[in-house]
Amino acid sequence: MLIDVHAHFLHDRSPRSDWPARNASRLRAGDRVGITVHVASILGSWGATSPIYFPSPPDIEYGNDFLLQLQRTNPARIRGYAVVNPNFTTHALAELARCLDAGMIGIKLAASRRANDPLLDPICRAARERGVPVLQHIWQHRRREYPGQEASDAAELGALAARHPGVNFLLAHIGGGGDWIHSLAVVRDLPNVFVDLSGSGVDGGMLEECVEAVGVERLLWGCDLTIDTGWAKLRYLEHMLTGDELELVKWRNASRIFPPTAFPTD
Amino acid sequence: MRIDVNSFVGAYPFRKVPGTSPDGLLRSMDRVGIDQAWVAHLPSVFWRDPADGNPWLYEVRCDPMYYGLDPVGSEMRALVKVCGKEQVPLMLAVRLEDSRQRHPNDRAGELPPWAVRTLVRSDSRVRLLITHADRPFIEEVHFGSTPEESARIWWDISWVWGPPEDHLETLLGTIGVERFVFGTGQPLRLPETSVAKLDLLDLSKEQRAAIESENLKTWIQ
Repeated sequence: MLIDVHAHFLHDRSPRSDWPARNASRLRAGDRVGITVHVASILGSWGATSPIYFPSPPDIEYGNDFLLQLQRTNPARIRGYAVVNPNFTTHALAELARCLDAGMIGIKLAASRRANDPLLDPICRAARERGVPVLQHIWQHRRREYPGQEASDAAELGALAARHPGVNFLLAHIGGGGDWIHSLAVVRDLPNVFVDLSGSGVDGGMLEECVEAVGVERLLWGCDLTIDTGWAKLRYLEHMLTGDELELVKWRNASRIFPPTAFPTD
Repeated sequence: MRIDVNSFVGAYPFRKVPGTSPDGLLRSMDRVGIDQAWVAHLPSVFWRDPADGNPWLYEVRCDPMYYGLDPVGSEMRALVKVCGKEQVPLMLAVRLEDSRQRHPNDRAGELPPWAVRTLVRSDSRVRLLITHADRPFIEEVHFGSTPEESARIWWDISWVWGPPEDHLETLLGTIGVERFVFGTGQPLRLPETSVAKLDLLDLSKEQRAAIESENLKTWIQ
């Protein structure tokens, strides 16, 4: 069993004409790697009719609907995160209820609002009520504002996680850019923050530091935009961890924080 | 046979990196099945005179951005002339780390594509090996060069994305298998990555061997 906790799919209203090929490539590569389940999100229109990190409510609905359809047509291997924009509170809460009722298993917060902002509180209360985790897009050690997103770093996610101890959070793509050493220092003592190992970064020493900071019990395997780097980290972990520890990272930790029956073995 | 053209020994100044000793490199090579490695001395990249690292040197490389040199200035042009005359391949890295995560005091710029185009044009005999380049960089240089010029440039695969974006598959189709060699950037990066990139492609035995060793053997003959 291998769960990719950080996947994405594209759709016909995204700016990319090659979207079917990219979706097919993800599934084909996933089969080769041995990915059992891709837990995925679609960020609105991927920039076509609203910004990727500030998706409009109509774009959010279209993307979530497309992902729900993918989940229905691939029931064994695709699960969905409900994407919401916290700036539209009423819409966000209604969209969460709609998508979770339809079978999605988590919430994806990109970068529409800083992670420590009070507008995220109602979403986190909904997450607790529904028993689903929140995947928060992270810029590892944000030193300034970045264009196109209201990025958050681990300290800002940590503030949110401290306010909602009954919710499990995924710190997105530790290998996805930025100073991951800073992030690990911040989340070390936050038991409800899990480190998602995805991202194109494959720095020597990063996995050792992740294990040292949060232990194997709070690591989750994933790929994001590069399955090759995900596979590389998995192969390295096979040498680095015991069999039982590896199982935690590959799927058991994910199985613990996502709702019961989310995955085939539940 | 698998030859890694892009590996280092020695400590990195900006963060702790395991496996930087020669023994560590050998263990890593054994772990992922690398038979030979072209190895550079990492600390000397940051020394005032990088030639002082030559007692540890196993290959020829120059990273002008880390030396504070104009990448197409008189010093680099002189080096290109010598490498061309002596028929010694010249290796240059686009970057060593992701720019988003570099140490605040690690301010060296990345090698720009136009520098590679300029250098390969500056001497008709020089042969360049460019490491840590991504798809846009490779495409810009390759299609911004004549066939004769681009035939004197080789690219390592370490920084090119695999699926689902499939940048490596695309480049192998558009630019050609013959232009690529196996490199990892270890120990700064996990060498498993470059092996995984190849394992995710549907390559013939001959194509895979070309990337892993045969292109290089042809080149250095």
